[in-house]
Amino acid sequence: MSSFLLRRLLILLATLLAASLVVFAVLQILPGDPAAIMLGTGARADTLAALRHRLGLDAPLALRYLHWMVGMLTGDFGVSYTYSVPVRVLVAERVMVSLPLALLAIVLSTAIAIPVGVLAAARRGRAADAATMGIAQIGVAIPNFWLGLLLILLFAIRLPWLPASGFPGWGAGAWPALRALVLPALALALPQAAILARVTRAAVIETLGEDFVRTARAKGLTRNAALWRHAVPNALVPVVTLIGLQFSFLLAGTVIVENVFTLPGLGRLVFQAIAQRDLIVVQDLVVLLAGSVILVNFLVDLAAAWIDPRQRRSGA
Amino acid sequence: MSSIWRSRNLIAGAALSLAMLAVALLSLIWTPYPPTGMDFLHRLAPPSAVHPFGTDSFGRDVLSMIMTGAQSSLTVALIAVAVGAGIGVPLGALAASRGGLLDDVVMRGCDLAFAFPALLTAVMITALAGPGAVNAMLAIGIFNIPVFARVTRGAARGVLVREFVLAARTAGRSDTAIVLIHVLPNIAAVLMVQATIQFALAIVADAGLSYVGLGVQPPQPSWGRMLNEAQTFIWRAPLLAVFPGLAITLAVLGLNLLGDGMQDLLDPRLRRAR
Repeated sequence: MSSFLLRRLLILLATLLAASLVVFAVLQILPGDPAAIMLGTGARADTLAALRHRLGLDAPLALRYLHWMVGMLTGDFGVSYTYSVPVRVLVAERVMVSLPLALLAIVLSTAIAIPVGVLAAARRGRAADAATMGIAQIGVAIPNFWLGLLLILLFAIRLPWLPASGFPGWGAGAWPALRALVLPALALALPQAAILARVTRAAVIETLGEDFVRTARAKGLTRNAALWRHAVPNALVPVVTLIGLQFSFLLAGTVIVENVFTLPGLGRLVFQAIAQRDLIVVQDLVVLLAGSVILVNFLVDLAAAWIDPRQRRSGA
Repeated sequence: MSSIWRSRNLIAGAALSLAMLAVALLSLIWTPYPPTGMDFLHRLAPPSAVHPFGTDSFGRDVLSMIMTGAQSSLTVALIAVAVGAGIGVPLGALAASRGGLLDDVVMRGCDLAFAFPALLTAVMITALAGPGAVNAMLAIGIFNIPVFARVTRGAARGVLVREFVLAARTAGRSDTAIVLIHVLPNIAAVLMVQATIQFALAIVADAGLSYVGLGVQPPQPSWGRMLNEAQTFIWRAPLLAVFPGLAITLAVLGLNLLGDGMQDLLDPRLRRAR
């Protein structure tokens, strides 16, 4: 187990390093000089040079990368060009919207998908199976930002139950803040739940056909006991792996869905930073988001190995 | 029961996908109204016999815009998939047939690419490189490369150990010839299924990019941008926010059904498991 953990940790570090190099390189290649954008088209050459120097844009590439990386590792994310505040402060503020949103979406999606998937598997080929899988097939096809609009139409306009957009902040109490997150979380969660329910169903059906489930039934366990105690736990590996993968989709989804609901989260911050060519913010955010995806996948691998010891030997 | 249900998927998927293609082609020669023709006397009109889907805030006919929107949506998705397959398939085949260090490098590169939330990175690329259809295709296409590379490598490795490949190798065929003559034809079906799935994902990604203003630029209509514009008038004309989304969902649903149907034809074991 320890050599498995060590190998995984090394891969984790190498991937994080490579991801930071890719982000840094891509942002150097893409056009758009932040100094020129900040000063506008009429800027004099010497003012431009002075600003580039102040922003550290005139240093050699390798030095800039090192400086940035050391900063990221010590918690100094640099200062936003446009907001003139440390990026760390911006991120800390926005993460309080995006993280609860993503967590709420994951919890909702899992809470809906696993019971539905298991139920469909247990009732395979019958009406309940056909109905839920038909709905899931449509759910997979609905883009989350359109679902967001439909939810606004239904639950904010037709039935004025929940706010259509905006975020009151956690200072006003947990209840108004949670109310503002319900619709965006549902918009993110339902399409993911549809995918997860299909995978859960397929995984449970697969294990239901295994010998150990038949043995459990032969031992005298009821259908339900065999299902929940033997089939479902053994079907969890692909399900947990998928939940981890969906984290990446959810993060990307927040970019658009936060725009639909005008939520002041990381997604909107990325978007504004890109529009204003606030490259240090873009660079930090993309590497932080990619880093969290890499970290979550690492944890998912560990969880899969913990659930199913065979995975520890199955190589890289 | 199950095989009928499955082939029904295939038929429904093929029908929906062909219908979408037909609409896109038809819109090249005919739409009920010019898709960019404004009519300020009839702004935000509800659906009626004259305008079946109503009109938008400029008085443009929504049905005509949705029909024309199919053009850009399908083109962007098609090219994004072609970019992904064009680079990913050779890369995956190379990794499978050479093995060793090259294989490791390609596969670790794929792992790395999967760490970046695709849509987020596509937003970053199109926003910085400039909004528009071409950059949208490339930004979406880049994330199709690792998908095709992985699928190709996995499927090709299964074929490379078969007897007829050994026979061809003994007969002195080169690696390239073996991949081209023996491997690719045998994994074409798997790749077709993957291409269908990626096509559906690309349509959603393109709609997302257009929704935030980074896809096809006006006056060329696009489903994503129509949804964005509809949101401004969602209190006065709620149906405006329904029709373009329905078009996206039907296109994606059709492709997904088609992919599922083909998948089941390919994998009889899976068909029985369902």
